Amino acid sequence: MIYKIWVSVVKEFLLLKRDLGGLIILFVMPLVLVIAVTLIQDSTFKAVTNSKIQILLVDKDKGSVSKTVFENLEKSNYFTVVTQIDNKPITEEIAKENVYKGKFQLAIVIPENLSSDLQAKVEQNVEKIVSNLGLTDSTSTSEPQRVIKEKEVKLYFDPAVQMSFKNAVMSSIDKMISQIETKSIYSTFQKQLGEETINFEQKSFITFKEIIPKINNKEVLPNSVQHNVPAWTLFAIFFIVIPLSINIVKEKTQGTFVRLRTNPVSNLVVIIGKTITYSIICMIQFYMMVAVAVFLFPSIGLPSLNIEGHFLLTSVVALFSGFSAVGFGILLGTVASTQEQSAPFGATSVIILAAIGGVWVPVFAMPKIMQYIAKSSPMNWGLEAFYDVLLRNVSFVEIIPRISLLFLFFIITTSIALFYDKKKRTV
Amino acid sequence: MQPIIKIESLSKKYKEAEMFSLNNVSLNINECQIFGLLGPNGAGKTTLISMLCGLIKPTSGHFTIDGLDYQHHASKIKKIIGVVPQEYALYPTLTARENLQYFGSMYGLKGADLKDKVIEALDLLGLLKFADKQVQTFSGGMKRRVNLIAGILHNPKVLFLDEPTVGVDVHSKTAIIDYLKVLNQNGTTIIYTSHHLAEAEDFCTQIAILDQGQIYAQNTPSALIEATKEARNLEDVFISLTGKALRDDI
Ligand SMILES: Nc1ncnc2c1ncn2[C@@H]1O[C@H](COP(=O)(O)OP(=O)(O)O)[C@@H](O)[C@H]1O
Ligand SMILES: [Mg+2]
Repeated sequence: MIYKIWVSVVKEFLLLKRDLGGLIILFVMPLVLVIAVTLIQDSTFKAVTNSKIQILLVDKDKGSVSKTVFENLEKSNYFTVVTQIDNKPITEEIAKENVYKGKFQLAIVIPENLSSDLQAKVEQNVEKIVSNLGLTDSTSTSEPQRVIKEKEVKLYFDPAVQMSFKNAVMSSIDKMISQIETKSIYSTFQKQLGEETINFEQKSFITFKEIIPKINNKEVLPNSVQHNVPAWTLFAIFFIVIPLSINIVKEKTQGTFVRLRTNPVSNLVVIIGKTITYSIICMIQFYMMVAVAVFLFPSIGLPSLNIEGHFLLTSVVALFSGFSAVGFGILLGTVASTQEQSAPFGATSVIILAAIGGVWVPVFAMPKIMQYIAKSSPMNWGLEAFYDVLLRNVSFVEIIPRISLLFLFFIITTSIALFYDKKKRTV
Repeated sequence: MQPIIKIESLSKKYKEAEMFSLNNVSLNINECQIFGLLGPNGAGKTTLISMLCGLIKPTSGHFTIDGLDYQHHASKIKKIIGVVPQEYALYPTLTARENLQYFGSMYGLKGADLKDKVIEALDLLGLLKFADKQVQTFSGGMKRRVNLIAGILHNPKVLFLDEPTVGVDVHSKTAIIDYLKVLNQNGTTIIYTSHHLAEAEDFCTQIAILDQGQIYAQNTPSALIEATKEARNLEDVFISLTGKALRDDI
């Protein structure tokens, strides 16, 4: 039996070796994918100097506020501010047109008199407060108050811009403006009280500090690599569903499966042979992804994957994820009767499993129902197990539940396949 | 001579089929025969052979091979039979040698013994030159020969062949028939199906004529011809038994 399994594994490897297309699906595509996606995602997190986003700024205010906005935007590493097109100052109309046509992603329109009106409004309020406190002589408050209308800073976004980018920009502009407001309130108080000597601390009093779990007493900052490599490795591992199911369908259509039925070898041996082969493939994929993430990423300007001290546990997770992918492939190959059925179905279902499993969008960002559904995707079990090891720094015992689920998935899908096959053969 | 295969009232009705594909067939096949199962397309030849190879289950009836039945001794039977399916059952991207070594090891053959057997058989069937070429580059006749070798590497006691000469050039056909004769002389019982009556006439030692799931006659070719009035060959016998002609072509 061991001998027959061994021979079967050798055969499967020979078949794979001769199948160039399959090899490309297995090894090249996932690598290209992980490099491309990580590069893209990383650049949205990190400043890439030569790819700053250009922002149109329409300055009707020409005051201190618009100046501050301009300076802050220029200072940030993400944007360059454009105030002129073809040497002409931009009007709101021109800005709108350019943005809606997609030539620019964002235009900011700062309304007229924003600076002076803001100052006036703040002064009114401060005066009111100060006089209520009886700190100034009552004569100065007698003049009638001018009504100052609320001001709007208008933002035009390219309709093709993603929600997340929009939100990020809006919140940073919001923050900038409220800082300006706070600043002017403080300085007006200062003026009103005539206390030039007191210096208000104008920096934010409350700031954020993220506390990160420590690994080996070193803080490991989660970066896009730490998230992407496990996610895309799982995606790659599950892509073996396609070549594996095609392999099984071919066994049926080319008659070798029938021949094996007449040989003194049980179907189980054949299945075990395929399981071993394709699990080894999964491990090779995993180590390849890790190697690329550790050695290649730094040289293309990406952070390298931190796998120090996790090598063994991540390998275990990869192996068990491989098992569940193999189970799925065996089931699909057994149920499908042609490659035309198994290949597209395999590809689509892997993408769906990846999507609901949290490979594209993190599970916590999904709607409530989807979060429950996510828990049913084996890719989610694998992904969480990887995060447990890589980011949450857990021990082997703590990943047992998740890898058991993965193994159970393999056992169940394979059993269904064996049972289905037996049923179908009683014609 | 002892019957190595005993078939008693064997019937098969496929699940989706309305009619019985094999109807109450009883047959004894003696050791060391070359037994021809002859009949037109749809007669039930593949159905009968598939049951004997353990690929499908009988609807009713019973049979033994070398005194063994599938219910209790499936793996024992599988070790002593060889099967050459009607369609080529080979991995197109593997070479002839790789295919044969793989299937040989499924019978527990290994090492130098396996390698030698593969080379010997490839040589006998004139394929040694092509041993390391992928099977997908082979002609139909060459594939048939490899397909045949895959079924005999383990020296089976009983060899089943389903239409081994269909769609094969004359050269391959002669090679196959000659090889089967050698196997038979070395003690292998051969059960083979064909709708090619002339070929069977001088090759088979025993013949059963099958049509619409039923056996019409069973005897040596010459005895069948003699027993039929004015018959010069098996074609005439067939017409006289079933009332219709059986075309020799495919
Ligand atoms: N899997 C099947 N399901 C239903 N009917 C079948 C099946 N296989 C064969 N048959 C029918 O059984 C009869 C005998 O077929 P077969 O044994 O293949 O004939 P032969 O091999 O002599 O040409 C035919 O009428 C065929 O249509
Ligand atoms: Mg047939």
